[in-house]
Amino acid sequence: MKMIQAEQVIYEYARYDEEGNVAEMKRAVDGVDLDVQKGDFVAILGHNGSGKSTLAKHLNAILLPREGTVWVDGKDTKDADKLWEIRQSAGMVFQNPDNQIIGTIVEEDVGFGPENMGVPTGEIWERVEESLRAVNMLKYRHHSPNKLSGGQKQRVAIAGVVAMHPKCIVLDEPTAMLDPNGRKEVIRAVRALNQVEDITVILITHYMEEVIHADRVIVMDQGKIVMQGTPREIFSRVEELKAYRLDVPQATLLAYELQKAGLPLPDGILSREELVEELCRLKQNS
Amino acid sequence: MSIKAEQLNYRYSPGTAYEIYALKDINLEILDGQFLGLIGHTGSGKSTLVQHLNGLIRATSGHLYFNGEDIYQEGYPMRQLRSQVGLVFQYPEHQLFEVDVISDVCFGPLNQGLSKEEARERAKRALQMVGLGEESYSRSPFELSGGQKRRVAIAGVLAMEPQVLILDEPTAGLDPRGRDEILDQIRLLHQEKHITIVLVSHSMEDVAEYVERIIVMNQGVIAFDGAPREVFRHYEALEQMGLAAPQVTYMMHALKARGLEVDENATTIQEARETILKAFRKE
Repeated sequence: MKMIQAEQVIYEYARYDEEGNVAEMKRAVDGVDLDVQKGDFVAILGHNGSGKSTLAKHLNAILLPREGTVWVDGKDTKDADKLWEIRQSAGMVFQNPDNQIIGTIVEEDVGFGPENMGVPTGEIWERVEESLRAVNMLKYRHHSPNKLSGGQKQRVAIAGVVAMHPKCIVLDEPTAMLDPNGRKEVIRAVRALNQVEDITVILITHYMEEVIHADRVIVMDQGKIVMQGTPREIFSRVEELKAYRLDVPQATLLAYELQKAGLPLPDGILSREELVEELCRLKQNS
Repeated sequence: MSIKAEQLNYRYSPGTAYEIYALKDINLEILDGQFLGLIGHTGSGKSTLVQHLNGLIRATSGHLYFNGEDIYQEGYPMRQLRSQVGLVFQYPEHQLFEVDVISDVCFGPLNQGLSKEEARERAKRALQMVGLGEESYSRSPFELSGGQKRRVAIAGVLAMEPQVLILDEPTAGLDPRGRDEILDQIRLLHQEKHITIVLVSHSMEDVAEYVERIIVMNQGVIAFDGAPREVFRHYEALEQMGLAAPQVTYMMHALKARGLEVDENATTIQEARETILKAFRKE
């Protein structure tokens, strides 16, 4: 089943001169085809300005394509009558948790979405409870959000989306402002949503370590999809990634450096456990 | 020349039931020309500490000396201190406001009382230091990429020619290359201009790669202070504080535990590569 399908999507921003005339059109998304199946975990990488956030905003109809079509759960995002259904099936989480939290108590904040959708009160509370549990924040339900750490706030923001029972969550650099612990907590919560609740996840990030568990990695450059594959396939192309201003996980980079120095390690090592295993095997055989 | 903190305390709501120590008995000396990393989880007190260093926050008690002079003594020229200790906040590009890049960078020096020509000269030099050429001068800061905007904002502080540059997470939200470019520029500034650098960061890998000394803040006190190799040796304690060691350090410890003769305190890819190759060559 297809969760998201994009066909030849083009989006342009206009730049205006001092008189207010259009000086230049900048193509942020340039002919993107995308297919995301239900239950997938897809990561999107790309440098600042590569078009990944613009593309993400097409996935719940914040932006509409200038050319081409985006279908979310089978609905065309251009169809204004379906707008609320689309936003409900594809929720979005942004970089800064402080911009996304509006309630004065955690559980009220999480209940805001379902309340707006007209969910009956009793069910709102059920949903609040289950979503806070899903991100491991239930014990903070009566707390004030501004007393929480960044990672905790971000998980409350995610719970707020989960409470709307989306089929898909799009996260646009959700860990960019967090400390190492906060990053770990958020990624753990996102993976649990994908694996336990079977929610489709689209994760945009600059941290290469966060995408090694994705089913598929997409690399964007100048508005186009330039690489696509499993994390192992993508991260074995170290030089190519560097040319796109990206990086590989530290374990992959170290393995690559060791390979270049003559150690016969296999391609596409992703995690530090794998590298340790391979090195120990090598040592035993030598 | 140095910054020295003695028994520095900062309390929120002092004297009330809500009194909280944000900083507790901080003793610290930052020597001239040091490249220092400051790490700590959200709420550990690191931002509060850096705001003390240029007098934005006044300590509840204790002393802070800049170049040997107590900045809390009466009549101390605070204004001057703020241009000598430049502070680049998180997401500094949100503070850009001028019509073009060069005017934005001129704002600081003009406020210091320099003439238009002098300010422009300083701005040009500062922009060159962050790797922005003449073609950027007349562009609107708002049409630049994230990494470029951030560099303009850093240039705005550099144009005041500070002796100490404090950067609060200068690479948050930048792509890997943008991150490397900014940090390489900062390293270059440190090497060429001998500016003291304080880098506040959530990336243990960046800190391991660039700084010579790390200060770890936890619950308002300094938990560790030393060279990266020494500090990251305490990776278990760091995890208790919501931090971590660089990925490399974990791999080295695991290899060592499995009987490979590696230096388990390696913190950078380069160090790890050397020690692993050495272990294999021994055979």
